[in-house]
Amino acid sequence: MAHMSPTLDLEPGQDRTMILNMGPQHPSTHGVLRLLLEIDGETVIRVLPDIGFLHTGIEKTCEAKFYQQVVPLTDRIDYLCPMSNNLCYVLAVEKLLGLEIPPKAQWVRVMLNELTRINSHLVWLGTHALDMGAMSVFLYCFREREDILRLFELVSGQRMMTSYFRIGGLALEPPIGFFDRVKLFANRFPAKIDQYENLLTNNPIWKGRTKGVAKLSAEDAVALGATGPTLRASGVDFDLRRDMPYTGYENFKFKVPVSQDGDVFARYMCRVQEMRESISMVGQALAGMPEGAVKADAPKVVLPDREQMKTQMEALIYHFKIVTEGFSVPPGEVYQSIESPRGEMAYYIVSDGTAKPYRVHMRTPSFVNLQVLQKMIEGRMLADVVAAIGSIDIVLGEIDR
Amino acid sequence: MPLAPAVTEIALLKDHPALAALLDWNAVGVEAAKFDRDEMTVWIPAVLIREACAMLRDNKDFPCNFLEDVTCVDWYPNEPRFEIVYHLLSMAKKERIRLKVRLSSDSLSVPSIIPVWPAANFSEREVFDLFGIHFEGHPNLIRMLMPEDWEGHPLRKDYPVEGYR
Repeated sequence: MAHMSPTLDLEPGQDRTMILNMGPQHPSTHGVLRLLLEIDGETVIRVLPDIGFLHTGIEKTCEAKFYQQVVPLTDRIDYLCPMSNNLCYVLAVEKLLGLEIPPKAQWVRVMLNELTRINSHLVWLGTHALDMGAMSVFLYCFREREDILRLFELVSGQRMMTSYFRIGGLALEPPIGFFDRVKLFANRFPAKIDQYENLLTNNPIWKGRTKGVAKLSAEDAVALGATGPTLRASGVDFDLRRDMPYTGYENFKFKVPVSQDGDVFARYMCRVQEMRESISMVGQALAGMPEGAVKADAPKVVLPDREQMKTQMEALIYHFKIVTEGFSVPPGEVYQSIESPRGEMAYYIVSDGTAKPYRVHMRTPSFVNLQVLQKMIEGRMLADVVAAIGSIDIVLGEIDR
Repeated sequence: MPLAPAVTEIALLKDHPALAALLDWNAVGVEAAKFDRDEMTVWIPAVLIREACAMLRDNKDFPCNFLEDVTCVDWYPNEPRFEIVYHLLSMAKKERIRLKVRLSSDSLSVPSIIPVWPAANFSEREVFDLFGIHFEGHPNLIRMLMPEDWEGHPLRKDYPVEGYR
């Protein structure tokens, strides 16, 4: 029986409950999630998620690529926060290499990561509100998201699959005028958050659909491995940016929003407040942006500038060697975790001393967070399933990898 | 900064609270230990992994209340071939420890740690699906990412990247 697809078996002869299939093509599952629900009338008794529809074998593909060729693959894991995936991967490889990153590159990384967090939360807020029947919030959220995507396009040439962080720093110096554009956005955005809150926070329909719905206790959240806003909304005050800082987060001042209620509304409030903190961190990054290089001084690892490559012999040789045969990484293993918009994202990389990673494993927050669904919705109404899925903020690309 | 060499002597590492707790609990239960790139790794025999996890969760000096990840590495063609890798986090200490279990290819079975942390459920299923490792006591050990009738375990090193044609 080891190779059966998930099934829910009912007791023979019993007729109280029925099995309902939800998905994989259901608009509120945010991708291709299939749920098997055992329901008694309108009450959900059991739920069994069936995943794997988007499995592309990224972990296997990584083993066949050079270290620097893996960066574009990491974008595709979670298409709503590509910068977080890039960052987590390059940090892991930099830790394997023992590379020191110049301060300007670190600050730009923090700034872009917080913009990514806002971007991801905006998509979440828009689609979650849409699931709950609030159409207009979606339009407003995507208006601001468009601004952020334009910023990404300005800095990396791509709106979504950015691949802007490289092992050893950034791909390029940010273009002239980029910081001014970010500043403009950072000044404008807090008023927009007020706008979303005006539409939702005190809205009686919104409160009715979210308050007290899909409760999760702190004990269950920890035992089931939930991270990110899902964990913090249940009253556990843990944020990797503050508690285990990476890439210079220790230089920033921010509050970690925590709520004790553990319901859909608490998760909504946590994410909205996180957006406020993120935009303040973007402002801090702009105000304190250090001067200097954006790439580490490691010619065997970091590609030389175009100009140098065309005029200097050594730069040309290093360029040729990195592109054709990669760079070898000392043997060992690292586990690098960051706080992605959805929770703890981590890359576990094993090196055997060659130019290709021996094993790359992604610990993706959505994959682990999906396990809390059963606890959230058992005994609740069927319509709350949609609220619960939306409030965990899953991305199927990163669940299936 | 140049990399510091890895420390593998248990005698030099026994001040680390997690390793001290493990040695205190069962000195023969620690096969080996390594401290490399600021990360602590301890090898545990397969039969003891569930008790080791329960002990680390409940002890006072290094309470690992959170299971982050379960995964696997295939060292084909070397023996013991597989290594199951557990990452445990202590939220109070803000530090993590990595536990490893070595499995040779004639006994691909390890106790499930779901009784200690229910969070292991999906990760163990994924390892079963992609590596073919059996987790004793897992309530629902079926394929997760691959189709139910798939042959082979794709993340094994003897499985071609393009798949079987």
